[in-house]
Amino acid sequence: MNAMDTMEKLRILTDAAKYDVACTSSGVDRMGTRGQLGSAAAAGICHSFASDGRCISLLKVLMSNACTYDCSYCLNRRTNETERATFRPRELADLTIQFYRRNYIEGLFLSSAVVGTPDYTCELMLSVLHILRREYRFGGYIHVKAIPGADERLIRELGLLADRMSVNIELPSNESLKRLAPQKTKESILAPMTQIRNSIMENKSELVQYRHAPQFVPGGQSTQMIIGATPETDRSILRLTEGLYKKYALKRVFYSAYMPLVEDRNLPALDTAPPLLREHRLYQADWLLRFYGFTAEEILDDAHPDFNPLLDPKCNWAVNHPEVFPVEVNRAPYELLLRVPGIGVTSARRILRARRETKLDFDGLKKLGVVLKRASYFITCQGKMNCRIKTDDPAVLMGILRDRGLPQGGFQPEMPEQLSLFQPTREDGVKCLTGQL
Amino acid sequence: MSDRSTVVYYYDGSYDGFLCCVFESFSEKEQPAAIYDMYAADQLSLFGAKMIETTPALALRVRDSIPNKMGLEAQDLLEKAFLTCLRDKELCMLRFMRLGYKVGRGICSRMTEPAVDTLLKAVKHLEREAHLYLGFVRFSECGGVLISEIEPKNNVLPVIAPHFLNRFSGEDFMIFDRTNKVALMYKDGEHVFVHADRIELPPESPEEKEYRAMWRTFYDTIGIEGRRNESCRRTHMPKRYWRQMTEVKHLI
Ligand code: SF4
Repeated sequence: MNAMDTMEKLRILTDAAKYDVACTSSGVDRMGTRGQLGSAAAAGICHSFASDGRCISLLKVLMSNACTYDCSYCLNRRTNETERATFRPRELADLTIQFYRRNYIEGLFLSSAVVGTPDYTCELMLSVLHILRREYRFGGYIHVKAIPGADERLIRELGLLADRMSVNIELPSNESLKRLAPQKTKESILAPMTQIRNSIMENKSELVQYRHAPQFVPGGQSTQMIIGATPETDRSILRLTEGLYKKYALKRVFYSAYMPLVEDRNLPALDTAPPLLREHRLYQADWLLRFYGFTAEEILDDAHPDFNPLLDPKCNWAVNHPEVFPVEVNRAPYELLLRVPGIGVTSARRILRARRETKLDFDGLKKLGVVLKRASYFITCQGKMNCRIKTDDPAVLMGILRDRGLPQGGFQPEMPEQLSLFQPTREDGVKCLTGQL
Repeated sequence: MSDRSTVVYYYDGSYDGFLCCVFESFSEKEQPAAIYDMYAADQLSLFGAKMIETTPALALRVRDSIPNKMGLEAQDLLEKAFLTCLRDKELCMLRFMRLGYKVGRGICSRMTEPAVDTLLKAVKHLEREAHLYLGFVRFSECGGVLISEIEPKNNVLPVIAPHFLNRFSGEDFMIFDRTNKVALMYKDGEHVFVHADRIELPPESPEEKEYRAMWRTFYDTIGIEGRRNESCRRTHMPKRYWRQMTEVKHLI
């Protein structure tokens, strides 16, 4: 067989990587070194947006798609007939540099199918990172996937060269894993996650002692899971998420609506649409966990194990807790302001600041970025309410506040986090893009 | 203060020049009806026109008074506001400063005051555009130099320059802003801003063509067909940026 040219490999290995969700380049602030190529911006930078509207930040490719495993939901599985390719480490390193110089990308997102053994796969990836970091002195962002089952030493080495590492949790429960990914187990997935968490913690204390100790994944750890391929409820997924944030100190959990690509009796039929609205609701709820002080139990409980398709989770909570509202914006504490639909993290902070100088009225709130169309049912301004219908009847409110499903602009789990926090809450359409509720 | 709203200031378009307009307005106790950059103004009306000369010493006095009276945040806001495409930005900035001298350091917390709100919104617009350009700038290699063109609404180049100088410190590069006719040039570790009406580029090398083709392949492949979403793509990457972007310019 002729050596395949780089263009061909790029096409095949991009195609095989495109279902991976996390493409963010956030979490690391690293100034460039004079005379060398590359830096990293904590807020993350999107370099383009693909035809599906998702942010392109990193060169997201697989090292190889020639997999030894046979996970039934995956196109790269051994028994599927598909084109196979494997990058040579230097080939991929050079491509990364040339793309980076032209400002196409923030860096590299490297994942891989299992070529031969997990160890061998890791070694291939490691050589790419070696060439980039040690030989080319590349200072851009690198996100690398840890391959479950690989030697701890290899994972550690990868972590010392990368900015972020992730391990795919794949499916939201052990039973589903057993059924659909027979070669993987909960243990084999959680082992590298634990190792990465521990290494990050050890590294933190090393860094306190020796300022120049090598950094272990300064951008932290993330994970992703496929939703809609298996029968878990939204509530169990959200609780799993909460647990992952707490136990493994993850930076992000990503969700990927299952898109049927292969026939399998254990999987949804090929003509099933990907559950995009559900994915969207999960991201909204995830946002509430991370920035709004909600717990998973507050968002969904035994009586309501699944998301309300008509209301975003924050509105849903608000209409079901009339006893909390209305709150007076000139006095309410930050945590309470955050619970008001139409007030996001940015506008809540601005309210706190502005009300030190002046008394706020409804017009002022608008200037601060509050979406009055929603907020007005839940707030008072200097004791006055300002809404069309005064009610705290959940059914009525639900009718008023229901959203039209997916926002027209789509949802961006990959938008830079900082940026989305100071996004203006403009009209509804734009607001939803960032995860502000 | 006499409200002789017929007087119009013309200045040289520099920030110092603007500060001298501020000085003039305060010392003459007058409120100009407009403040124009004499090089950018469509027409010079001589009726009621005042040519404000840029005097570094006066500019410095006003410059120093800003952080002293209104704080560093206000200083930063004003310097950025000067880069925005806000209509009548000079008048808006003057209005902000009048309020600032009056209320002092709390000025930037008065986000509900129209004078403050206007500048904040304009600067946010500038910063958003600048942030987008950090990602949307596309370099082509021409004879060892990386060259890029942009067409922003605001004068973003001074805002994005530090990022590129830092990231590409080992390269020689140039970013040309077509709208404001300024270029940032960086060669052998030194950078300058220069005025230029246009740039002419040599034809691209075969190697350059190859990388562009590979980038387009990557771009065309990474989107998931089953999730195609045009409006989302355009919301985040408005069409007006596409002209300079290798991967989408053929789609316009
Ligand atoms: S190990 Fe990964 S690449 Fe291989 S079949 Fe399973 S999911 Fe696909």
